[in-house]
Amino acid sequence: MIAIIDYGLGNIKAFANVYKRLNIPHTFATTREQLEGASKIILPGVGAFDHAMSMLNNSGLRDTLDSLVLEQKIPVLGICVGMQMMANSSEEGEMSGLGWIPGTVKKFSHSDPVVKEKCPLPHMGWNNIVIEKEDSLFNDLDEEQRFYFLHSYFFECDEKENCLATADYGFQYSCVVRRDNVYGIQCHPEKSHHNGVAFLKNFATN
Amino acid sequence: MLYPRIIPVLLVKDKGLVKTVKFKDPKYVGDPLNAVRIFNEKEADELSVIDIDATAQGREPDYQMIENLASECRMPLCYGGGIKTVEQAKRILSLGVEKIALSSAVLERPELISEIAEQVGRQSVVVVLDVAKKFFSTKYECYTHNGKKNSKLCPLEFAQLAGRLGAGELVINSIDNDGCMKGYDLALIREIKSLVAIPVTALGGAGSYEDIKSLIMQESIIGAAAGSLFVFKGKYKAVLISYPTKIEKSNIIAAAQQ
Repeated sequence: MIAIIDYGLGNIKAFANVYKRLNIPHTFATTREQLEGASKIILPGVGAFDHAMSMLNNSGLRDTLDSLVLEQKIPVLGICVGMQMMANSSEEGEMSGLGWIPGTVKKFSHSDPVVKEKCPLPHMGWNNIVIEKEDSLFNDLDEEQRFYFLHSYFFECDEKENCLATADYGFQYSCVVRRDNVYGIQCHPEKSHHNGVAFLKNFATN
Repeated sequence: MLYPRIIPVLLVKDKGLVKTVKFKDPKYVGDPLNAVRIFNEKEADELSVIDIDATAQGREPDYQMIENLASECRMPLCYGGGIKTVEQAKRILSLGVEKIALSSAVLERPELISEIAEQVGRQSVVVVLDVAKKFFSTKYECYTHNGKKNSKLCPLEFAQLAGRLGAGELVINSIDNDGCMKGYDLALIREIKSLVAIPVTALGGAGSYEDIKSLIMQESIIGAAAGSLFVFKGKYKAVLISYPTKIEKSNIIAAAQQ
């Protein structure tokens, strides 16, 4: 059973719709009990970093989540701000992140005026991802590996080996990350048509 | 590379889908949910749904309809119409919508942009400016209530203010070109885009893929939004929902990038 964490943030219905169409068992987790039996976990997130962190910390799920991810090594996929929360910290806020993948979340800042003109913020729309490290998450993607992005901050990995894919927005940055059983994706697979469905299916079934 | 976005805009009135000309004469074109399903199959880049009754009738957004559309929609969805408060904005985003569009409420009280952006993040806050020129005038002004009320505000100035206050996207909707299918107001888009550092989407006037191509040739990274183009077919305007195929889309983008 895939548990989609419901802590009041993120488009949880969109994930449920994708898994429903794929006939993959899933549930929303608002309590420890609902989370405990999970074989895979989705951690969605939108909005400001501190707001998301405090919502998760106050959800009553944090201890169970830490123990499932860090001790029982249950695979977890963070999406958008859900991925950014997996870093140590973010330039967007003061609070500590989950610290599951060593790194810092930084704000895009393009000093070159030409790049700046070409890269308005937020980074909004369809962009290609470039696979840096093969992973079963990328099975069955279209030839054009386009995903939908909507963000102004990006994940900078401390260790290059944790970067699975990059995207180009003025420069190359990590848009899919992994460390052992912890996965993160900056774009929105739940709104990325075929590629997104394939990605979420791979996470659920591989 | 980031691609330009090609965005169908659906207008909702009395729970049905309509299309207007210069913001007037709404013509019934079908069922919104059915349209969302078709755009899912066609893999549209994004979708915008605007309830044109909500502000005009001074009523709340139709949350049930929004939820139904959002759960069906497999692409990013923007909803607009009747949003006046932070609470309404949060509630709509919680229904599974990616972005909310604000217009009359922020023209009246621009600080609402900041108030909402602080709560939900600027990436989800879209400001829509319905703009028109008066007869014999060269000056654009922003309108509300389906083009009936002139706010007298200058879109060039308001676009910059909206960006400063925390809008994540600007939609420039030309009332004069709405439904005319004769092309975008390219000069206005150029002027506004040069003044702001946030994504801009043009709406009003697209009648063919050539019109979208001209816009993308001019601006490269831009949102190209359209209503009539994606719901009508042929010179008699038969109702038929369409969207560029993958090949047509790459042709539009490739030509524009030469």
